[in-house]
Amino acid sequence: MNKPFAVPVNPGSACKPPSTKDFLVDRTFRALARVGVVLILALVFALVFEVGRKAVPGMEKHGLDVIFGSVWDVNQNKYGILPAIWGTLYSALIALLIAGVFGVSMAIFLTQDFLPPKLAAIFRTIVELLAAIPSVVYGLWGIYVVIPAIRPLAGWLNSELGWIPFFSTSLSGPGLLPAALVLAIMILPTIAAVSQDALTAVPMKTKQAAYGMGTTHWEAILKVMVPSAATGIFGSLVLGLGRALGETMALAMLVGNSNQIALSLFAPANTLAALLALNFPEAGPNEVEVLMYAALILMLITLIVNVIGSMIMVYAQRGTK
Amino acid sequence: MTDLTAAKVALPSLQRTFEGRALRSLVLTTLVWLFAVLASVPLFSVLYMLITRGGARLNLEVFTELPPTGFETGGGFGNALAGTFVMVGIAAAIAVPVGIMAAIFLAELGPTSKLANAARFAAKMLTGLPSILAGVFAYALVVVTTGTYSAPAGGVALAVLMLPIVVLTAEESMRMVPKIMKDAAYGMGCTRSQVIWKIILPTGMPAILTGVMLAVARAAGETAPLLFTALFSNYWIYHQGELAAMNPTASLAVLIYNFSGMPFDNQLELAWAASLVLVMIVLVVNVVSRIFGKPKF
Amino acid sequence: MKGLMKTAVLAVAVSLGATSVSFAEENVRLTGSGASFPAPIYLTWFKDFSKKSAGVTVDYQSKGSGAGVQDFLNKTVDFAASDSAMKEEDMAKVAEGVQLLPMTAGEIVLAYNLPGSPKGLKLPRDVYSNIFLGKITKWNDPQIAAANTELKLPDLPITVVVRADSSGTTAVFTKHLAAINEAFNKELGEGNTVNWPASDKFIKSPKNDGVTATVRQTPGAIGYIEYGFAKLAKVDFAELQNKAGKYVVPNAESGAEALAAVKMPESLVAWLPDPDGAKSYPITSYTWMIFRKHNDNPAKAKAMREMVEYGLTEGQKIADSMGYIPLPKSVVDQVRAASANIQ
Repeated sequence: MNKPFAVPVNPGSACKPPSTKDFLVDRTFRALARVGVVLILALVFALVFEVGRKAVPGMEKHGLDVIFGSVWDVNQNKYGILPAIWGTLYSALIALLIAGVFGVSMAIFLTQDFLPPKLAAIFRTIVELLAAIPSVVYGLWGIYVVIPAIRPLAGWLNSELGWIPFFSTSLSGPGLLPAALVLAIMILPTIAAVSQDALTAVPMKTKQAAYGMGTTHWEAILKVMVPSAATGIFGSLVLGLGRALGETMALAMLVGNSNQIALSLFAPANTLAALLALNFPEAGPNEVEVLMYAALILMLITLIVNVIGSMIMVYAQRGTK
Repeated sequence: MTDLTAAKVALPSLQRTFEGRALRSLVLTTLVWLFAVLASVPLFSVLYMLITRGGARLNLEVFTELPPTGFETGGGFGNALAGTFVMVGIAAAIAVPVGIMAAIFLAELGPTSKLANAARFAAKMLTGLPSILAGVFAYALVVVTTGTYSAPAGGVALAVLMLPIVVLTAEESMRMVPKIMKDAAYGMGCTRSQVIWKIILPTGMPAILTGVMLAVARAAGETAPLLFTALFSNYWIYHQGELAAMNPTASLAVLIYNFSGMPFDNQLELAWAASLVLVMIVLVVNVVSRIFGKPKF
Repeated sequence: MKGLMKTAVLAVAVSLGATSVSFAEENVRLTGSGASFPAPIYLTWFKDFSKKSAGVTVDYQSKGSGAGVQDFLNKTVDFAASDSAMKEEDMAKVAEGVQLLPMTAGEIVLAYNLPGSPKGLKLPRDVYSNIFLGKITKWNDPQIAAANTELKLPDLPITVVVRADSSGTTAVFTKHLAAINEAFNKELGEGNTVNWPASDKFIKSPKNDGVTATVRQTPGAIGYIEYGFAKLAKVDFAELQNKAGKYVVPNAESGAEALAAVKMPESLVAWLPDPDGAKSYPITSYTWMIFRKHNDNPAKAKAMREMVEYGLTEGQKIADSMGYIPLPKSVVDQVRAASANIQ
């Protein structure tokens, strides 16, 4: 990829004017690609239909109370998911912020000649492996390693800087911060791996041109490489955010699953995906309706967050041009 | 870009600006090293925990034996390993071709069409799908219609989770192929599909493989969808002299879920060993795919 | 579209299934799903039973009682298991008829984590119910101290750990709390999930292992888990005061006393929200297997009857070692008689 002009376009195969057969193959191939796209749309429609079908009774019965309520009491038939919406967004955004900064730094670190290529490749493989570790392992790691590790710091922040809303409660154990930290580690491999690909894909020429204009290594990285790879890096963040919004098991173990809305990083919180996974297996028909309703809301949130992200992206690109 | 022009204008005083730039470079280099080291600490901590706790129980037996019950000693997860291969295989066989074909359309054939925009958002929405919903969906679609838990049902559920990762990474990697290469091929009279086959796919292959890898990694470790579609079995998928594909099928992820919640030491150790094996499989697939997916020039 | 997909899926299923029909007469494969509480003992039974009966294999997956009942209704399993029996309305949906069989029983214990891990913490009825109501919040509360004169209790807030997932364990536990504490009954009620007090000292964690891990990692924590789990995971658990006013250690004997205190009715569904008897452990409950009375496949029905018989004979012998309570003799006989209904 570093030598774009060295592509061996075999004169026997690719350079002839297309024959009738080539033409037919071309058409079939393009039709198949279209089928692929249609299949994705069909899948999402089917999913929304399947979830929506089950959610409709819940929507009719409870209306907007579900979205704005904050009490989940099956006995009283009261279902509110506002704390879960809050916790989902709060934890996912913190995780994205941390994983975004570290993931993109790591991608730069591994692609922009800070390490010998062999070492960088090994490091990269290790990072990608982390994407395969089951959620449960991350959850256990969070309970046995992360929480004890941050407990002293959290205690200090709470006692010294307790007037700042973010540190206003003491850490009992599971809570928003441990959950967000572990979530950040879980999505870091995705962000780092996809961003790396985006950075490697910037043609060598572009970088050479930047050096040729007398930029330093870092100016080349920040002014040329990163902007050129921006859509790819952005794509990595989208994937990371998606995983953060939908992650279930590790969060269920770490977030405390408490239905309250707090700014404090140390308070237990709740997330939609965890709510769904924890309540679904034992849910009665009334509850299933509401859970499906909550699932629709989660899908909607993912969509909205992505739309906002795309708008920022378009805006940012306009700014650089 | 504005900085560059500024640098040009400031040429006479090159000496002074250079110091500032050098300092800034130094700061940034330190920072990126610091970030990389900081990020590595937790990453290696997870791996360390996995290797020490999982490695202790790892032996040949775990690959060939069936899962033990509470007080039994020994045993393994051979059937779960086989089940994971089968189901992730089915999922990849569905998601990879569909995903790459869709990505070709999104990146090359109609990137700005309404269809493409809709599909792109659909795919992004799918990334945030809680895995349990993929399970609920596949349950309604496959399990209830066939009346039984099965490996194909598990494969369908995992495919739903793999698809958006494959599509979005593949699209991105195809877009990154320099336009000049495509233009050269078009200029030589190639049809679009020839350009795609001979230029775009080979050039974008390493990045496409990253996406496939991430998707496989995610699918292999997912529990909730399999719990709803493949359930679990304490027996081999090839059982009593017949291929029991249309029966509940074991998987490593569900085994880990089951055993990590048990109070029995033997089962807990196996859960750790299974997690380690899962990661090792992904390592092997990763390395192999990199060897085959290397750009051929 | 959906119809098309269904046909396609069916076509695939039929072609795959075709290979597995040939031996169906000799080999019986049973699948069950449901409650996670009895899963360890059921899995042990089924493996041994499968080994001893040629051609029969039984698979069981724990995924929650509710999910098991759903599977049973959708006919995706041959039998289910549930900690909360089965609702009348759900039973009415099964045209083949439903046979509930209690197969084993268990206790719920209160596991705690105190500095210096003192053993033998005693908790009076109104104390532990009020802890879970969020009304007693300190370990050195005078009411706790009064019952534990020999222990030095720290000035620590009580972190209450409850189940995050909706579960039969929570149902049994809250049924008991609601029975002994009127305020609990009024404010929280009973069920698979209840609306625990909103406080940052109430932590929810999934499943037995989640609650156990959180209790272990949190100084000053208390949480409810199943006895079998607590026994094997070696956590400290409290002695609870029963209806007769005595402090009782949870174990097989105190559980058996509790079971003996309640007569099993014809329906084979008995609850023990607050058993009588001086030696009875207060939080004890049966757990059930759910079968269809009429099964299409006689070979399967026969295998299921044999499976139940195994559970009632060999199965009861290992119950104590795995942390379950063996069924009383009279209940075994009742269950054996009722298992003939599985045809």
